[in-house]
Amino acid sequence: MIEIQNLSKRFGKLQVLHDVSLKLNKGECVALIGPNGCGKTTLIKSILGMVVPDSGTILFNQKPINKDVTYRNQIGYMPQIGRYPENMSIGQVIHMIKNIRKSETAEDNELMHTYQIESLSSKKMRTLSGGTTQKVSATIAFMFNPDVLILDEPTAGLDPIAAELLKEKIIKEKEKGKLIIITSHLLSELDDLVTHLIFMQEGQVRFHKDTQKIKSETGQTTLSKAITHILKSGYHE
Amino acid sequence: MNRIIKFVMLDIIKNKIVLSYAILLAVLAWSVFSLEDNSAKGLLTLLNIMLLTVPLVSIIFSTIYIYNSSEFIELLVSQPIKRSKIWISLYIGLCLALITAFFIGIGLPLLLYAPLHIGIVFNITGFLVTIIFIAIAFLSAVLTRDKAKGIGMSIMLWLFFTMLFDGLVLFMLFQLADYPIEQAMVLITMLSPVDIARILMLLQLDISALLGYTGAIFKAFYGSGNGIIVSFLILLVWALVPFLISLKKFNKKDL
Amino acid sequence: MGIGTCHIKYLQLLTIIGLMLPALLGNAKTWHVNQQKDGKSIKKTLAQTAAYDTVVVHAGLYQEGNIVIDKPLFFIGNGNPILDGQKKFEILSIKSSNVTINGFTIKNSGYGTLDDPGGIKVYDANHVTISNNILDDNFFGIYIQYGKHCIIKNNKITAYGVEEQQIGNGIHCWKSDSLQIIGNNITGHRDGIYFEFVTGSIIWRNIAYNNIRYGLHFMFSNSDAYISNVFRGNGAGVAVMFTKDVKMFNNWFENNWGDAAYGLLLKEISDSYIFNNRFSANTTGIYMEGTNRIVVEKNSFKENGWGMKIQASCMDNKVTQNNFLGNTFDVSTNGTVVLNEFIQNYWDKYKGYDLDKNNIGDVPYHPLSLFSVIVEMNAPVMLLFRSFFISMLEESEKIIPSLTPENFIDNQPLMRAIKL
Repeated sequence: MIEIQNLSKRFGKLQVLHDVSLKLNKGECVALIGPNGCGKTTLIKSILGMVVPDSGTILFNQKPINKDVTYRNQIGYMPQIGRYPENMSIGQVIHMIKNIRKSETAEDNELMHTYQIESLSSKKMRTLSGGTTQKVSATIAFMFNPDVLILDEPTAGLDPIAAELLKEKIIKEKEKGKLIIITSHLLSELDDLVTHLIFMQEGQVRFHKDTQKIKSETGQTTLSKAITHILKSGYHE
Repeated sequence: MNRIIKFVMLDIIKNKIVLSYAILLAVLAWSVFSLEDNSAKGLLTLLNIMLLTVPLVSIIFSTIYIYNSSEFIELLVSQPIKRSKIWISLYIGLCLALITAFFIGIGLPLLLYAPLHIGIVFNITGFLVTIIFIAIAFLSAVLTRDKAKGIGMSIMLWLFFTMLFDGLVLFMLFQLADYPIEQAMVLITMLSPVDIARILMLLQLDISALLGYTGAIFKAFYGSGNGIIVSFLILLVWALVPFLISLKKFNKKDL
Repeated sequence: MGIGTCHIKYLQLLTIIGLMLPALLGNAKTWHVNQQKDGKSIKKTLAQTAAYDTVVVHAGLYQEGNIVIDKPLFFIGNGNPILDGQKKFEILSIKSSNVTINGFTIKNSGYGTLDDPGGIKVYDANHVTISNNILDDNFFGIYIQYGKHCIIKNNKITAYGVEEQQIGNGIHCWKSDSLQIIGNNITGHRDGIYFEFVTGSIIWRNIAYNNIRYGLHFMFSNSDAYISNVFRGNGAGVAVMFTKDVKMFNNWFENNWGDAAYGLLLKEISDSYIFNNRFSANTTGIYMEGTNRIVVEKNSFKENGWGMKIQASCMDNKVTQNNFLGNTFDVSTNGTVVLNEFIQNYWDKYKGYDLDKNNIGDVPYHPLSLFSVIVEMNAPVMLLFRSFFISMLEESEKIIPSLTPENFIDNQPLMRAIKL
């Protein structure tokens, strides 16, 4: 579904992505993990076209993304920190995005209902708490029934109940056969979701593996333990 | 109308700054026309106001507006819209809003009080100056990520075109006083949109007689029908070039 | 005005009758020329006349080439007869004193730059009166050389000149004395009225407008006066040069607007008096070069590019009791030493105060703006007219004068405009 070939990006002196190649397929739920500043967000933004890479290509359904923007119709994006025009109300933002997407498929308003966004619809974006902003972001990301969901630290800032609701929603979408990309620091959260794991460090992909395989290879039962095991053994080498 | 343009326009109209800009211009224009018994004098005063405030407000307001729209731009970029469409829509929206403010403030009283041909030339020039300085604002906003730096750069550019450039011209005129540089001056004034606008409008007021020999050369160029069209085209280039550069930069910009 | 005109016409009639009186009393005869009726020509009739006869020419078109009047004669048009020079001839040549020409339309004189043909040309004659004629499309209109005590009155002189070299002057006077040029209306010539070596003469109530060069061109002509004339829209305004003792009263200099146009150009003039004139909408109201001991008093300078331009070569002139209103620059000069006096003028740009309420501002006024000084140094700088850089310089100069001459000053600026 998404194919990344030899992607490199440099911000000034800092090499943020270094020759990254990845292949992500339908039905996968991929966790993108790694220390701060390892290039996760840059990679995601590259897929979304918000960051223009220095070299390399990204193919979406075999088509390079820099030619045609319509592939973004099939992506729902939930940013790490949602930034919205401060003067707009929630209702206006949602209305505007609906307007822009002109989606033909039926809208998925499930999160809107579960988070009770409608009752807040006249609130201005600048008055919202971080958590509510994240709820709005999540609502928008899922609204258009996209084939791909890109969620950047989705649960950060959400209260435990909201986080749990979001997780349930993610599982539901995964079961529909969508590609889901999640970045998170909290590995424990991802345990029951993730099918694949990508570990990034210093702009490079360290490994990209099936979670079952990781667990069996390391003999650990949880993902976090497995990772820790790998990292430790890595240091020993 | 394009949805983004519509949104930008509505957003700006809600913004009190543009409304007060229109009111400020209107108050100035009406008071000038009602105070000065001589309409040519009034036009000169208005010319000064126009060449000072219109570039200043256009460039500063636009720069700030672009920085304040960064979230909006970011939101749109992650959506299935071409970047150039976002940037162009933003530009057109700002242009339409500020041109409307200019027209209500100065354009309309000009058409009512000044001779028709002067009113038309002043209006077109005012529109062009507006879109030029919005374009320059787009350029300085896209060049720096830092809001304070971007606004600073805009102010510097405004200062350069409204004042410093003329200082350089003065310096040059004295340095090259012994050479016949009148013809070359026509070309040099084209390096500043404010100067083109000022001279173009002065010549409409038949002030060229005061300019002596140089005036005659300028009259021959800027005063003729073709000259007016050529100067309008040059002003248009002054709007297009900074904007197109900014568009190119924006298309490659990381958000 | 209307009553005045009637009065003058009445007087004029009396003069004509008075002049005719000796002729009527003596053996003078009256001849009639009426081509339409009997086919008689002017030339043949003139040949038969004796001095002081009267020739009445009746309405009609007379194309008789050059008509010479060489004896004292009353040559009167009745019903506005047309003398047509067919663009080949000088039409009327007056070579005798005591000739009166009245009531003709004289048109299409020949053209020539060597012999300067005119509609009416006076050669070495005194007491010639040329009145109430219409001169249309002539090379020169009325030309007087070596004339004395001639009167040129109430003529309408029109030409259609395009280029300076292709057309002569409306009223051209050369080496003459005691002329009266009154109430003529002159347009489309090179110079409206031209005076060279003419003394003791008066130019009164004429209107010269839209002439190619000067409305009035005045050289080497001492002790003359011109009063209550209107000079409007002439290519270069009015020039008075190389002359002394000229009185210029109550004239209007208007709309002489162009690259080299002046309301009044003064060059090498001395001991003259400019009083109660109106200078409005000229590129330069008065331009003075090499003028001495001139008094400029009670004039109005309104909406000119420059009110007055005083070159450094001017000395001992006095500018007083004038109104300067709405000029782009009130005064400019190219010199730094100021040898002229400005006192008690009204300057609308003056922003001082008057604590003792004597109508004289307590703070002296510097009428010279920085920009006008810079422009005098370097003319193309005018290009920066109305630019902010210049405005800023001007403001700072007002606060701390550095470039403008300190002594170019009106120490007693008036608080209110003078009623003129």
